[in-house]
Amino acid sequence: MSLLLPDLESEDGAEFWAGTSRGELLIQTCVSCDTPRFPPRPMCPQCQSLDFSWRQASGKGKIWSFVVVHAPVLPAYQDLVPYSVIVVELDESPNLRMVGNLLTRGDGPINEIDPNTIVIGESVEVVFKKVEDVALPCWMRSKK
Amino acid sequence: MIKDQVVIAGIGQTAFGKNLPDTELSLACQAISLALDDAGIEPKEVDGLASSVMELNREVDVARNIGLGEITFFSQISYGGGAACGTLLHAAMAVATGQARVAVAWRARKRSAKTSRPWAQMPERISNHWQWSRPFGLLRPVDEVAMLTRRYMHEYGANRDHLANVALAFRKHANRNPAATMYEKSLTREEYMGARWISEPLCLFDNCLETDGALAVVLVSAERARDLPNPPVFVHAGAQGLPPQHQTMTNYFNDNPLNGPSWTAARQLWRDADFGPNDLDVAQIYDAFSPLIPLSLEGYGICERGEGAEFTNNGALEWPNGRLPTNTSGGSMSEAYVHGFNLILEGVRQLRGTSNSQVEDAETCLVTSGEGVPTSALLLRR
Ligand SMILES: [Zn+2]
Repeated sequence: MSLLLPDLESEDGAEFWAGTSRGELLIQTCVSCDTPRFPPRPMCPQCQSLDFSWRQASGKGKIWSFVVVHAPVLPAYQDLVPYSVIVVELDESPNLRMVGNLLTRGDGPINEIDPNTIVIGESVEVVFKKVEDVALPCWMRSKK
Repeated sequence: MIKDQVVIAGIGQTAFGKNLPDTELSLACQAISLALDDAGIEPKEVDGLASSVMELNREVDVARNIGLGEITFFSQISYGGGAACGTLLHAAMAVATGQARVAVAWRARKRSAKTSRPWAQMPERISNHWQWSRPFGLLRPVDEVAMLTRRYMHEYGANRDHLANVALAFRKHANRNPAATMYEKSLTREEYMGARWISEPLCLFDNCLETDGALAVVLVSAERARDLPNPPVFVHAGAQGLPPQHQTMTNYFNDNPLNGPSWTAARQLWRDADFGPNDLDVAQIYDAFSPLIPLSLEGYGICERGEGAEFTNNGALEWPNGRLPTNTSGGSMSEAYVHGFNLILEGVRQLRGTSNSQVEDAETCLVTSGEGVPTSALLLRR
């Protein structure tokens, strides 16, 4: 069994994943009321508009929370434990949060950061990690 | 309003354990049959059924095995651990509105069954909402809850000692309950602190059990219950809860992810009730993971926002002297994990006066289903 990856053709996610493959972190934004939303969906919950565009986010955020995953996990993840998973709050809006991994480099493994060094609130910047045909938005610590 | 119109007249449960020899269908039928015996009602009188969408046993099979009569109401409730109280609520609404006269709600589960661990059967390419979390290795329910737990600890100063309070209280109750999986296994704070991690900040003992077993309840009108053998346990209020902008399990994408579905269910529950959170004698709170207890204590208004962890100190959850004896049969963490249905039966026993950890003169009981998923809850009274 392989790693769990998104379907690049999914109804809600296709545009987002096409963006990450170009190195862009795209946030779906309502054309009528200008409200950004994540995860993507067809209708704006503020004004019920079906019109939206995709805006490039700054790619900067802060760690909102994190976990350290230990066994037992799916076979494809067994050799990676323990590894951390983070939730990042984007600087654009506190409502925009994304699950991701904290890496030391764009092509680094998800278990390279010592979890004991992770601090809620620390600043991170997006980096796109290539896994098969997917570019996963991951995060590196911001340079001070 | 359904207030006190419907009574839980019968309860039944099978043994709990790992790898029970009976099939899931057999377990379901046994539990329902026992509940009908307990209620003193013939199977052919049953005309309403409610269950979880995760229930593998279909109404047709249950009805054909037990010999039920003409069924005029059947419904299923979504969202795994959030469903149990909802099945009972739907059954109670059916009785209150006359859509059914004798309604049964049940849950049967075998951990070996394919649907018992949906997280372990993901397709290789994900097209639903899990695409926003699973590709990063956030795989299991425990990981998803651990993420909220870490944030909760950060915001409100909760720590592992508080979570241990929860695990130890429920284990003590299980040690008094011969039906509990952990009846003969004690748990110390040292063992808790030394346990292996599953998803930091949660360790092994912050997780519920994996159990085979089945439970059922029988509901009738308050009027009908007068002719039945058991002391009546009234469904005083019930609610489901799905808050704005909620996402099930990975509820990270709204204003305040720590305000989960329990807050929504609670508002409806207390709006309808003749008593308030301070009047509860005992509580059965969904505990697939220990942090759901402080989160639910806050959600249901038993304490203020951020005080749920502190609330667990000084044995507050423990029978007999705690402020609010909670999960007095051992709950999902130490009695059995049957999607929280065992919490309902323990609530009934408390109000009948037949619990193994009986709260003296208990008159009111809160029973909840899972915080962190679209949920449901009940207020029971005698
Ligand atoms: Zn809009």
